[in-house]
Amino acid sequence: MRSHCKRSSGVISVEAERGKVRLRPPRNALDQRVVGWWRLQGTLFWGAPVLVLVVLGLLITPARFWLLTPAAVFAVLGLVWVIAMPLWWFQVHRWEVTETAVYARSGFFWQEWRVAPMSRIQTVDTLRGPLQQLFKLATVTVTTASARGAVKIRGLDHELAASLAEQLTETTQATPGDAT
Amino acid sequence: MTSGEFEGWSTLDKRTLAVTALMMTGAAVGAAIPTTAAIVSGGGRFWVALVWVVAGGVVLIGGGVLVELFYWKGVRYRVTPDRLETAFTLVFRSRKSLQRERIRNVDLTANPLHRLFGVAVVTIGTGSHESGGQGRIKLNPVSRAEAERLRADLLRRAEIAEADENAPLAELDRSWIRYAPMSFLTPTLGLAAGGGLMQVSEWAGLQKGLIDWVIGLFRGIPLVVAILILLAIAMVVGLIGALGLWIEMWWNFRLDREPGGTLRVRRGLFTTRSISIEERRMRGIDLVEPLGNRISGAARVDAIATGMRQSDDKDKTDYHTLLPAAPVVTANRVVASVLREPVSPTEAVRLTGHPRAARGRLLRWWVGSVVVLLAIFALLGFLLTDVLLVIGAALGVVLLPASVLLALDAYRNLGHGITGRYLVGRHGTVRRSTFALEREGVIGWTLKQSIFQRRKGLLTVVATTAAGAGAYSVYDAGEAQGLLFAEESVPELLTPFLERA
Repeated sequence: MRSHCKRSSGVISVEAERGKVRLRPPRNALDQRVVGWWRLQGTLFWGAPVLVLVVLGLLITPARFWLLTPAAVFAVLGLVWVIAMPLWWFQVHRWEVTETAVYARSGFFWQEWRVAPMSRIQTVDTLRGPLQQLFKLATVTVTTASARGAVKIRGLDHELAASLAEQLTETTQATPGDAT
Repeated sequence: MTSGEFEGWSTLDKRTLAVTALMMTGAAVGAAIPTTAAIVSGGGRFWVALVWVVAGGVVLIGGGVLVELFYWKGVRYRVTPDRLETAFTLVFRSRKSLQRERIRNVDLTANPLHRLFGVAVVTIGTGSHESGGQGRIKLNPVSRAEAERLRADLLRRAEIAEADENAPLAELDRSWIRYAPMSFLTPTLGLAAGGGLMQVSEWAGLQKGLIDWVIGLFRGIPLVVAILILLAIAMVVGLIGALGLWIEMWWNFRLDREPGGTLRVRRGLFTTRSISIEERRMRGIDLVEPLGNRISGAARVDAIATGMRQSDDKDKTDYHTLLPAAPVVTANRVVASVLREPVSPTEAVRLTGHPRAARGRLLRWWVGSVVVLLAIFALLGFLLTDVLLVIGAALGVVLLPASVLLALDAYRNLGHGITGRYLVGRHGTVRRSTFALEREGVIGWTLKQSIFQRRKGLLTVVATTAAGAGAYSVYDAGEAQGLLFAEESVPELLTPFLERA
């Protein structure tokens, strides 16, 4: 990790004494099947416009070139997306639950690390969309009292998700206070 | 109509019927004039128009009052030792109750009509971050005295009993009005007034006449001068509007600390508002300095508190503003006394600047936005008309240096620090905000890094909290700097996930 902290104020030197720090990635990767789920999502996302364009292109002969060219472009982009992006995301998305906190990393162009302390967790939800059910996956959402502090772990094995939610709920119930 | 079931329950104030009747009358008269005009100008006889309008008015007013009467008959409320309950009985029945323990704010509003009849609307809310009005009860309306009694009663807590500090924490200084025109409200209102005039004239079918009249007025004057004159008129109208709005919003402003640990803001000329915030719910403050205010040395103070509604659906009141734009010294003094600190954390803190790479990012962002705008002008200019090229060039001469200055100012304003119980962050140039958030109030961290930030070794640190906006960000800090800041402000939380090299 490079650093461009070359400011002359005294603060950086304090940091220098304490050594460089960096966030370590959370310990666990998502379930392998999540790659398939993302691929299916991507296929639907890119496939729908391609399909529409191709059908229109076959029906409307005069505009065929102007419909099939973008269809081809979309198809190529979509193919690259569907092959590469899920693998990339799989590297980035990670999660971890310790005794004191839930920690997750997500995003790609905009990476996000979210930490929510156990003591502040208010609800733990698991959600399984129709596609996720196909892949036996689930999303675990851990919310705190902040309107903007929810930690989402998308793409865990559904049984693991259920037991994780149960474990988190128990831990949070044991913590007193109103978590604000 | 007091059946046995509702023994001891109160009804809303009956004067609400009169309020509704008057309001409906106003609406009816407002609708009658254009309707009459339309019928008459459409070739109808005047008396025909009159009959229609009167009939419509009677239906409108009668219907409104009737609906209100049913509502008034249906609503009951009572305060028991441990809860506030409301019941609504009409065709179907519903009940709602709030635990008194959980009641966090009791706000009073009275518009001019309410004041005429001596009633007020009371909104009672719990601390939960509710949406869509759940966990909130609105009594619309009760008598002024009853409203005050409810407020005092529902917010009184046994545990805190301290001497009443009679002197207000802040009171309106009428000279603060000088900061009112220094806002974006002035041009916005001015242009809105112009737009409104056009709209009304279009309804009345006079738009073409109006435009011709204006063109006639400026005959012989160069177009540029005419536009400048029109803009100046709009600015003057906007100025008057901004001043008027300020007076309506902030007249009789007073910030008090009441026994029982409540902060109370009272203000308003026509519509009076009383907003109470429990001190236990305060998690900090946000010192907001829009550019115009900052130049003239003024700042506004917003509360960061849990369980506050940000604004009402109808009334665009800011429920979290503790102090309108006032001299920075005053703002800091008020912050200190509100937070019960000897010195305001925003003043006590020594803010640490952010790495130079952040300056590059800001410069690229600001100048880039201007370049995109100019590119649009250039493209349209080449395609459509050369006038756009001239306007684009003029804009470029003004906006390019301005964007550089703003970017440099934005960079200067970036900073963060820790002082006592608070963590402080500052950012922004057009609207500079310096938040001081209680470290205890941080309930999580979000660290964000875009692909560009990663290349420059920058990081945005977001403290999530149950209060205020829900998250407060320190933008573009150095990676190590930001992480250490987060770790230091809330010890232990981030530590297990940090690696030291």
